[in-house]
Amino acid sequence: MKKLFEKIEYIDLFLWLIRAAIIIIVIWGTVATILDNPYSTRQWTDFVIFGVAQGSMYALIAIGYTLVYGVLFMINFAHGEFFMSGIMTSTVFIAGPMAATGFLNRHPIISLLIIALFSMLVSVGVAILTERIAYKPLRKAPRLVPLITAIGASLFWQNFYRGMLGSNVKPFPQFDILAGSIPLLGTQVLKTHIAVVLVTIIMLIGLNFFIMRTKTGKSIRAVSEDKDVAALMGIDVDRAITITFATGAAMAGIAGVLFALVFRQVHFFMGFTPGIKAFTAAVLGGIGSVPGAAIGGLFLGLFESIGPSLFLQSLGIPAFNQLKDVIAFIMLVLVLIFRPQGILGEPLAEKKA
Amino acid sequence: MPMLELNDVHAYYGNIHALKGISITVEEGEIVTLIGANGAGKTTTLRTITGLLKPRTGSVILDGEDLAPYPAHKIVYKGVAMVPEGRGIFSKLTVRENLDMGAFSRSDVDGIKQDLERAYELFPRLKERESQISGTLSGGEQQMLATARALMARPRLMLMDEPSMGLAPVLVESVFDIIQEINKEGTTILLVEQNAHMALQIAQRGYVLQTGEIVLSDSADGLRKDPMVQKAYLGME
Repeated sequence: MKKLFEKIEYIDLFLWLIRAAIIIIVIWGTVATILDNPYSTRQWTDFVIFGVAQGSMYALIAIGYTLVYGVLFMINFAHGEFFMSGIMTSTVFIAGPMAATGFLNRHPIISLLIIALFSMLVSVGVAILTERIAYKPLRKAPRLVPLITAIGASLFWQNFYRGMLGSNVKPFPQFDILAGSIPLLGTQVLKTHIAVVLVTIIMLIGLNFFIMRTKTGKSIRAVSEDKDVAALMGIDVDRAITITFATGAAMAGIAGVLFALVFRQVHFFMGFTPGIKAFTAAVLGGIGSVPGAAIGGLFLGLFESIGPSLFLQSLGIPAFNQLKDVIAFIMLVLVLIFRPQGILGEPLAEKKA
Repeated sequence: MPMLELNDVHAYYGNIHALKGISITVEEGEIVTLIGANGAGKTTTLRTITGLLKPRTGSVILDGEDLAPYPAHKIVYKGVAMVPEGRGIFSKLTVRENLDMGAFSRSDVDGIKQDLERAYELFPRLKERESQISGTLSGGEQQMLATARALMARPRLMLMDEPSMGLAPVLVESVFDIIQEINKEGTTILLVEQNAHMALQIAQRGYVLQTGEIVLSDSADGLRKDPMVQKAYLGME
């Protein structure tokens, strides 16, 4: 009894030490940076804008993790590949040829719509194939099995694209109408960043309408609560699950286009880091919650963009900007320690397990 | 021809032999009750009818048609709706959304609207709480919602699993009144109950289940007078 008591004490003490250390470093770094004042207001605004744009993409990808988790309680680690497959295919077969013939900048809006639609369709197709072939037969297996399968599916698609389209980095053509920046909020904002934020808002409104208002959306929510009762209502549960995967993949397909517009290049491995980051965002926001995924994405994007400069610059770390991923994952650990259910998640309980 | 017929149904959960040859019939327009203790197989019997659990041997026949080839989500299209055990409402959906889900199998917009009005007439409390998240309803209101949701499918056969469970005695009375009313309007009812006393008051016939087998079947009157039923299920000595 006494031994057990001591053990708990040590663990608690250790956790509190970590928390305290992180808080002290953050406060110390922040105060030091504010006193140093190395950046102008305009530069801080730039950080925020970049963070919002980056966070928007995380949010769109995170939707897919959260939707699938909502209905299957499964982390679909192949989701980053759904994101990659759409824009990879679209770049090689649509955007590239369009740019070569000059069609792209003669009809930029039409081109962009075609690229986006195609990217979405490919992502959705890859998602449905993966779900039907790799996940559906394992629906009744222990929960670890689909997790491993998902990692396998992720590797499969990465290498499939590497083999079929080559492992080199492919340039995504420049849209003349999206080149340059416009003055806004006392600084120059890149047009691509504005496009990213606008498209994300439109997609999120559309998604919200779909989930909350349409019959199919309601049936997905019903399935995520109770599959047996949903079936009693006449809802085809397998179909609802496939639609859930497809919805998440459609969002990822669009996120891929936004990613390509901002970074102007695609490659077979591009899904990995954004995929993991978006998963982090989904957990941050509360996995299973759609608004949570959006907020988590935004939060993570902002943190990555502002964090290194705010917390680390004045601590004398040589390459503080390279630590943005470190900050992102420290955030994740912190949230999991202080609020395991995430920002908007509900307490883990009931029959979720 | 009976509306519903179970012929020597055997069903398993893994290796557990849950139903050991159940045969029951339900005629159109009847209220039939299945009574029995916890774990006797009452819920399992309903699950085999709705297709959530497929019998290993034996058949479930509705209007002369074997239901074996139909998955669970097709059964409601055959006119069978269920009020599940523990109500099974979608607690994160609003009251109205739950009712919409009850009508998922239908596409006759006007008919759905009529039935929605009828459901609100039957349960005015649900109309008041139309846009409330249904997890916040009281137990009695949740039972009303589960019943109204099943009615939204406009079923010919309604399966009810322990509708009185966890309700105050006053509410139990009103639940059974409603069941009779639904039946009078032409819906056949198969009622599973632990509250044998109430169930046998409204049913015409009943079956007694014990550890996966039917041990007794008779008219409700006959069951009420049976010494074994009186002792084991009606609490009489």
